[in-house]
Amino acid sequence: MIDRSLILRAIIVVIALIFAIRLFHIQIIDKDYKIAAENNVVQKTIEYPYRGLVFDNSDSLIIYNSPVYDLMVVPKEAEVKDTTSFCKMLGITEEGFKKKFEKAKNYSSILASIFQEQLSDTVFAKIQDQLINYSGFYVLPRTIRSYHIASMANILGYIGEVSRSHLDKDTTNYYRQGDYIGIGGIEKEYESNLRGRRGISYKVVNVQGVIKDRYRDGAYDTIPIPGENIHLTIDLQLQQYAEKLMKGKVGSVVALEPKTGRVLALVSAPSYDPQLLSGKNLSKFFPDLETNKDKPLFNRPLQARYPPGSMFKTIQGIIAMHEGVVQPDEIIKTDGSNIGDLAPPGKYWMEKAIQKSSNNYFYLIMRRVVEKGVRESQFLDARIGYEKWRNYVMEFGLGRKLEIDLPNEINGNVPSIEWYDGVYGVERWKYSNIASLSIGQGELLVTPLQMANLAAILANRGYFITPHVVERIENWPNQNIKKERLPFNPSLYQTVVTGMEMVVKAGSGRRGYMDSLRLAGKTSTVQNPHGEDHSGFMGFAPLDNPKIAVAAYVENAGQGGRAAVSVASLIAEKFVFGEVSRQWLEDYVLEEKYLPKDASRLTITEN
Amino acid sequence: MRQDLLSRKIDWVTVLLFGLLVIAGWLNIYAAEYDPDLEKEIFDLSVSAGKQFVWICASVFIILVLFFLDRNLFNSFAYVIYGVFIGFLLLILIGGKEVAGSRSWIGFGGFGGQPSEFAKFATVLALAKYLENPNRNLKDIKTLAISFFIILIPMTLTILQGDTGTGLVFGALIVPMFREGMHSNLLAIVGSIVLVFLLTLLVNQTVLFVVIAIGVLLGIGLTAKNPKKLIYVVGVGIVVTFVVKSVDFILTDVLKPHQQKRVLSLVNPNIDPLGVGWNVTQSKIAIGSGGFTGKGFLEGTQTKFDFVPEQSTDFIFCTIGEEHGWIGSISLLIVFSTLLLRVVYLAERQKSRFARVFGYGVLGILFFHFSVNIAMTIGLFPVIGIPLPFFSYGGSSLWAFTILLFSFVKLDAHRMQTLQRF
Repeated sequence: MIDRSLILRAIIVVIALIFAIRLFHIQIIDKDYKIAAENNVVQKTIEYPYRGLVFDNSDSLIIYNSPVYDLMVVPKEAEVKDTTSFCKMLGITEEGFKKKFEKAKNYSSILASIFQEQLSDTVFAKIQDQLINYSGFYVLPRTIRSYHIASMANILGYIGEVSRSHLDKDTTNYYRQGDYIGIGGIEKEYESNLRGRRGISYKVVNVQGVIKDRYRDGAYDTIPIPGENIHLTIDLQLQQYAEKLMKGKVGSVVALEPKTGRVLALVSAPSYDPQLLSGKNLSKFFPDLETNKDKPLFNRPLQARYPPGSMFKTIQGIIAMHEGVVQPDEIIKTDGSNIGDLAPPGKYWMEKAIQKSSNNYFYLIMRRVVEKGVRESQFLDARIGYEKWRNYVMEFGLGRKLEIDLPNEINGNVPSIEWYDGVYGVERWKYSNIASLSIGQGELLVTPLQMANLAAILANRGYFITPHVVERIENWPNQNIKKERLPFNPSLYQTVVTGMEMVVKAGSGRRGYMDSLRLAGKTSTVQNPHGEDHSGFMGFAPLDNPKIAVAAYVENAGQGGRAAVSVASLIAEKFVFGEVSRQWLEDYVLEEKYLPKDASRLTITEN
Repeated sequence: MRQDLLSRKIDWVTVLLFGLLVIAGWLNIYAAEYDPDLEKEIFDLSVSAGKQFVWICASVFIILVLFFLDRNLFNSFAYVIYGVFIGFLLLILIGGKEVAGSRSWIGFGGFGGQPSEFAKFATVLALAKYLENPNRNLKDIKTLAISFFIILIPMTLTILQGDTGTGLVFGALIVPMFREGMHSNLLAIVGSIVLVFLLTLLVNQTVLFVVIAIGVLLGIGLTAKNPKKLIYVVGVGIVVTFVVKSVDFILTDVLKPHQQKRVLSLVNPNIDPLGVGWNVTQSKIAIGSGGFTGKGFLEGTQTKFDFVPEQSTDFIFCTIGEEHGWIGSISLLIVFSTLLLRVVYLAERQKSRFARVFGYGVLGILFFHFSVNIAMTIGLFPVIGIPLPFFSYGGSSLWAFTILLFSFVKLDAHRMQTLQRF
């Protein structure tokens, strides 16, 4: 018989050898355990940078960041033994708990999703100690946009979760699911400046996810770079005054500083409080704002299209004089037979024609531009003349984008030859077919911004400067501003400007007259087939040293000489003098005394 | 005079190995629970390592007391000590306090004590005493039965308390019985049953039945001419089938849910990744992440940051694996195996059967703890909560092992005198 003590010794040695081999396998050969160990303890955290702040032109803060705390859950790791006290801690019902949990689980059981958005400071303070008892739940600090003012929503825009389609299109691969991105206004336009650059940090955590240390002393960490601060050109006081004037109305006001192209005010009415689209408000209020029949999300100054109406006569005058088809003081007798007219038949010259807004005069002078008689065929002749005319019109910034630094700007429309060919057939149209363009009607469509820009060009006596809302980013001035001289003789502007002065002094714009202001401008009564005409005005002040160019459109408010000129004149006065002395005019605007007697509020809003 | 004699007779190799294990254990307990945010010292009584230092000092005192006691005390009072601890175990069943799901603790002043740890010592003593008489032959069915009876009483009482792990340790006393001449077939049968049991867990039952059927048919074919062997083959087939079937029965009907999980998670740790399987997975991750040389003292992350459960008691081996790598683990295996082989050597040189049985009893218990504890941390055995001797945190377990080992060292020191008595 074998010595039994020897058997026992052998067993001890064999077991020790088995252990040594097994340990060799899991410690040296198999690398999975090392990876699993790092996955266990190394937590990758994305550190979101502070989004850039936004200031107005006098450096007062408009948009800032406020911290909020989202309660996150990883459903697979979640363990809530005492649902009742958990719900009590958060102030939710047990039914709500189940719903939220199911929702998170449906999204993913292993990925974190928001269990409760934006805990209030008090709730956060209360739960942060207790949360350790509920595995799978943690708090993610985040910032949301906050606003010191309840205006300018159309300029500022908002931020929201990046969309699936944007993620697919994002070639830089910067954005991740759940990231926030600027959606409208400067938040969108200046997204790459405002967002900064996110950082990633690797932390060593214990089994509860409590951070114990930096991983490898932060060797792999990248530090978040905060977004750049943006300074706007907007004069907050003027903007808010303009918003006040436009309250209850539908329309736009755009005020520019002619010398620089700075946008001083950009009002889209009706608008909304930007706070309504911040953080968790977004999902709550967005659907309402989007479906609201007054379209508060529609940025009218850049996106609404109206016929320019009589304001367009200023352009007509310059083009005709430039083409040499009419002299400034050339007297043209109108008999009122060519086109419908409010100005009586009689003798007109450029200044008077602008002052009195003579439709027939401009009908006649545009005919001279279009029908030069260079071809025998009236059709071919009109074609050549129109093409030239159209190019001149577009020099004034019509029918094209002005490249303002805000998203969603539209072209407007100056119909092309091809377009008319499509409607009437090639060489089947002549001046009589397109004559309504002569008075700024027909297919001509402009935005309020383009009209303000026109006023600025006239104020500058022929210089175009790109309108812009951002003055500087941090300390770097806005680089994307073009300054161009229009190809017209500078002396031509003076005739038109004098006519505009007379419009306000003794023409359709009389209501906006103020001796010391020296406002020059042109009213429009924009024909509206759907209801009451729109009231339009563009102009600048003071005449000789223009400080402000302004355009106003008030929808369904009738003649341009009523609402629009009043709004524009008040804004000019406010900017030039810092205050408004004409209380009666302000009341006239605020109380909507300009409305035709038979028009009720309903006709305005129902359009 | 007597002390000089004693110090010369003591087996210092065992004492040295014991010292190595205790000190290494103490350092690893400190590392296992080390919190880099708090940076507490190893002697700080608010950390486990600080308390363990107190337990170690106390065990040194216990060793001294043991050496001063009369050498015949163990022999004379063996049954009394056994009786007292069986009494304690009964007492706990009636009213002990619950710790970690099982009631095996009773209050000992400020500290909790675990009588089942000491009952192992008492049982070894009683078995040694019973087999002291050279006329008792373990091939004799009566002697065998009484020996098993001595083991089964404390084993049953401990399992009834809910502490299955410690209960199973008593089974290790089959080692001295084997050494003293128990029929080796008995051990083989028990071993085969355990093997079939494990196979049942690891292999699909239908596959197993097919294999058994093929084996039996093959056996029948080979032994068809010999009816005696034929009966034997068929008998084995029936027994094996019965074992396989009973495993299923034991798993689903006898074991408690948490024990079922432990057994099943051995086969597939992904069964319950956040439950018991999680323990095994995390334990393997901790050890595996140590690599060849380990992450360095106090540099481990898996144990320190609580990914491994019970990291200073039952899973203390993970800390060595993680912080000291394969080198550290192998060193521990070597020290432990050397201690075990040394105990075999000491037991073999005993002149009295009492001391030899006692020595092999000590060996059985230490070996069971050592192999089962390490096997469970590296995923070779189900998780049964038993400590690594001299290493794991805990006063009563350290003291019980100290008493066990040093009673034997004391007996060994007096082996010549014992001879004179016979």
